Amino acid sequence: MGLLRSDLPLGGDGSARFLPWIIGCMVYLAALALSATMGADRLADRWRSDLSGTFSIQIPPNASTTASERERLLADMLDAVKAMPEVASAHVVSDAEKEKLLEPWLGAGGLPEDVRLPDLVVVKLRSDAPSDLEAVKARVAGLTPDATFEDHARWQGDMLAFTHSIELLASIIIGLIAAAAVTTVIFVTKTGLSIHRRVIEIVHLVGAYDSYIAKQFLLHSMRLGLIGGIGGTALAGLTLIGLDRLLGNAQTSLLPTLALDLNQWLALAVVPIAVSIVAMITAHLTVLYVLGRDL
Amino acid sequence: MVLFENVGVRYGAGPEIIHGATFTLAPGSFHFLVGASGAGKSSLLRLMYMTLRPSSGRVNLFGRDLDSLPRREIPLLRRRIGVVFQDFRLLTNLTALDNVALPLRIAGVRESQVRQHVTELLQWVGLADHVAAYPATLSGGQQQRVAIARAVIARPSLLLADEPTGNVDDSIGVRLMYLFEELNKMGTTVVIATHNERLVGKFQHRQLRVESATVRLVARPEAA
Repeated sequence: MGLLRSDLPLGGDGSARFLPWIIGCMVYLAALALSATMGADRLADRWRSDLSGTFSIQIPPNASTTASERERLLADMLDAVKAMPEVASAHVVSDAEKEKLLEPWLGAGGLPEDVRLPDLVVVKLRSDAPSDLEAVKARVAGLTPDATFEDHARWQGDMLAFTHSIELLASIIIGLIAAAAVTTVIFVTKTGLSIHRRVIEIVHLVGAYDSYIAKQFLLHSMRLGLIGGIGGTALAGLTLIGLDRLLGNAQTSLLPTLALDLNQWLALAVVPIAVSIVAMITAHLTVLYVLGRDL
Repeated sequence: MVLFENVGVRYGAGPEIIHGATFTLAPGSFHFLVGASGAGKSSLLRLMYMTLRPSSGRVNLFGRDLDSLPRREIPLLRRRIGVVFQDFRLLTNLTALDNVALPLRIAGVRESQVRQHVTELLQWVGLADHVAAYPATLSGGQQQRVAIARAVIARPSLLLADEPTGNVDDSIGVRLMYLFEELNKMGTTVVIATHNERLVGKFQHRQLRVESATVRLVARPEAA
């Protein structure tokens, strides 16, 4: 009883009644921003793992070669590439696979007959392959001079820069939300001190230290922060689940999945606890500061 | 116990409402602090319970000069002082028991002892049946007795009362005075601020008279 008992009637404050709502909204936004950070991080990881250790060879269509000649040329090159010590596997992307890759942009139903796509060979390197692929590139160029070599480095670089920008933006948003939450708690605490000035004077007169009064505000703010934090986080969780279902329906591989794994859910669950701790510390320090200026 | 030496009180840049106050209150003494409304009685009490600093002079409580007393030591000194107000100043969200228990809980007394002492004291002031009552449900006299119980629960060395009978009828006022005398007999130094000359005349105690911004110690009561 002693730990949670409150002598000050803080629960009835009008100013404190809206604090859980404000904190709830802030936590909701912060949780979404945090999820965006985690989503961007996950997307970058996926791109990295999907594309690292792979490269593709693109051979543009050539009107002067027949289909059988192209098939032979491709087979020779596939054998030569597979024989390279750095290569773990390689395969030619079939016309059906290429059409499927282009489907999001060109629609289903295949390509017109007069449109010829370049031939594509996807190569997966061994895990112990050197990161510098210049030697491999040179050997591929020796096999087919007009082949282009794509190791996705530039695309990966752009995408990673994009995800880092999202992370930075989300961090700034979280920082601003935290600053707004701290300011709100300071305001509510100062208002509470003003409302209960006479009661605080009584508690002081019977021998209370400032820290005794600060503890009561601390517990009150912790309670309000926790209520708002849990509400905001729960709502953010539901929003993420809903958005993930919407994105799932869109069936696009470029957009990130918003389904969080266990660790990310745990990280999200920490948000209300962190918010209530921030509220506690803010209220405590505010009370000590304000009372310290009195006689 | 209480020593005032050339004490002056002024609020802001205004004139001194008290100046040159010099007196000593011995341990175990009983004094009325009398004077017209606005004469400065409450200010003198505030100096004693340390919510006001003198604009000049020296106040010494329990052998400690308040001038040089660090803020962090004030609570410990206040725990030796009980204060009763005319408007009771009970915490409306707490029961009679919790109001009276406040000084003990703040002092860190064990909960089992708190309940025992508070229940006994409420019984002594005639409120045994109102332990769980909230202030709003109590009469003025009952609220004042709760306030007195809160002021004395920690057995203070000094009891200060500011117009304690101002909000209760005469018969209850007299009963409260007997209560203060009982406490005084147990060794508590009592100072009661009042402008009720009839009450002062009925009870024969020393007086601190505040008139024309000065404080005069009257050893024998003047005729009421």
